[in-house]
Amino acid sequence: MNASSAINVPNLLRMQAIETGHALLQVWRLPAFSIPTLAFPLLFYALFGLLLPVETGSDAPAHYLLATYGAFGVIGPALFGFGVGMAIDEDMGWLRLKRVSPMPMAVHFIGRVLTSMVFALAVVLALSALAAFIGGVRLWAAQWLLLWSTLTLGALPFCAMGLWIGSLVKARAAVAVVNLIYLPMSVLSGLWFPIALFPEPLQHFALLLPAFHLGDLALAIVGIGDASVLASLVVLLGYGVLFLAMALRAQRQRR
Amino acid sequence: MSTDTNTCDLATPSPPDTRPAVLARLAGVTHRYGTLTALDDLDLDVHAGEVLALLGPNGAGKTTALGLLTGLLRVQQGTVELCGGDPRDVASRRALGAMLQECRLPETLRIGELVRQFSACYLSPRPESETLALAGLEGLERRSYAALSGGQQRRVQFALAICGRPRVVLVDEPTTGLDAESRRGFWAVLRQLKLEGVAMVLTTHYLEEADALADRVVVLRGGRIVAEGTPLQLKGRVGGTRVRCVSTLHAARVEALPGVREARREGVALSLLCSDASAVVRELMALDPGLSGLEILPASLEDSVLDLIRSPAAAGASA
Repeated sequence: MNASSAINVPNLLRMQAIETGHALLQVWRLPAFSIPTLAFPLLFYALFGLLLPVETGSDAPAHYLLATYGAFGVIGPALFGFGVGMAIDEDMGWLRLKRVSPMPMAVHFIGRVLTSMVFALAVVLALSALAAFIGGVRLWAAQWLLLWSTLTLGALPFCAMGLWIGSLVKARAAVAVVNLIYLPMSVLSGLWFPIALFPEPLQHFALLLPAFHLGDLALAIVGIGDASVLASLVVLLGYGVLFLAMALRAQRQRR
Repeated sequence: MSTDTNTCDLATPSPPDTRPAVLARLAGVTHRYGTLTALDDLDLDVHAGEVLALLGPNGAGKTTALGLLTGLLRVQQGTVELCGGDPRDVASRRALGAMLQECRLPETLRIGELVRQFSACYLSPRPESETLALAGLEGLERRSYAALSGGQQRRVQFALAICGRPRVVLVDEPTTGLDAESRRGFWAVLRQLKLEGVAMVLTTHYLEEADALADRVVVLRGGRIVAEGTPLQLKGRVGGTRVRCVSTLHAARVEALPGVREARREGVALSLLCSDASAVVRELMALDPGLSGLEILPASLEDSVLDLIRSPAAAGASA
């Protein structure tokens, strides 16, 4: 606002570092919450991509499903971290105490976003290791890097979606609600099985789902499919903005 | 430095040198939830170095008043100030420390970590060791929150409220669930903060606590102030005497005696609030020769506050 207020601000970066560090510590120290989210995509990938490969058309299942389970894997921590984590913190009164404290709430939300992204990256790297060493998937270095960064950033619209859910539901309902959205959306978006196996009306319906578009981007990066990259980016961005707006509205109404 | 005896003084602004600065203020504040009026044109000032106890039955508006002062609630009508600023601004809240009711902290974080996190939000926080010492948590900084007892957890919440050296401290029922010894320890710390010039607002169910700590007591009912003054002044307002005895007499019958304001049964005992204790005691002895265990005490703050809350003037509207 003015020169003096710039000086009289506690170190925002330090605040952000502590907030983010603590969010990660909480995840790390309570592995019962984080391990399932991490393990499910790996388990499904091992099952359907490596052990009993599903029909994926001309492409190797290990190759194809690396992209879609990658998308599945990053959406989970975003939805759970925000949707369930926020609802629990709100129920505890911990968020109320943070609102009363002189920490800007943006610091809290950015901390959560960063935590979800660290988590997302961990899932994607683990999947990639499985794909490369056991599935025999070979990609250029640039493809790997693009895949990792796209999927990690691709978690963002789902953070917004989780924030919206977490702003609406109580902690006790949050896990059920998130699962009811996460699992059907993932299946219908073709993240578990290739979308081409689905009846045509369902294939059209998938175009409406944000998870389909993240999967489509990932498939394009590994060199499969005829994805319209621009359209997928626009849809993901649009959903992100929409969910964020609805979440902020719900947050404001809490006051 | 210390405040002289506070009286009911909202109306007349005094010169700044005779009264410490107003650090928190509600002026003409009305707050509604739908059709329910939680605060009704409330005026409240809290001065530096003052402990203000906010008392009243559930639904009197205490939590709403604190919600406005902490910036949790949006002001609907009137003015709310925290050190001259809006409590909804982050910058104003650097002058605020709050201990909320029904608040649980993340169980996996350690005490030192929590204190560090909150200290980082303030401009000139206390050193961590000082915060821990004030809150009575020395040596526990490596413990996780989940490993603490209920009383220790409450102390951590208090540590977070004071770690930033705030000028205003709001504590919402701070000692609920604490044992007598911890409660006294807590009072000692609040008195120390008062000497530092901190303005404190305390809500409590323990009137003993208000009596021990508060410079000024404000009794709310239906979102309005029904009484305000020092604990001594409020006790003086009732001016009654509490009489207790073991007797088989019916409370209703005793209440009808002249000089008895209120009578109720507590197990085998009768507890009376009397305006003329000696006359009442003579009458009781005559009515029940088997009466025993007689106690005569000055009316407590509890008596006077309950009396104020129930008084017809205040109760009229809801009757």
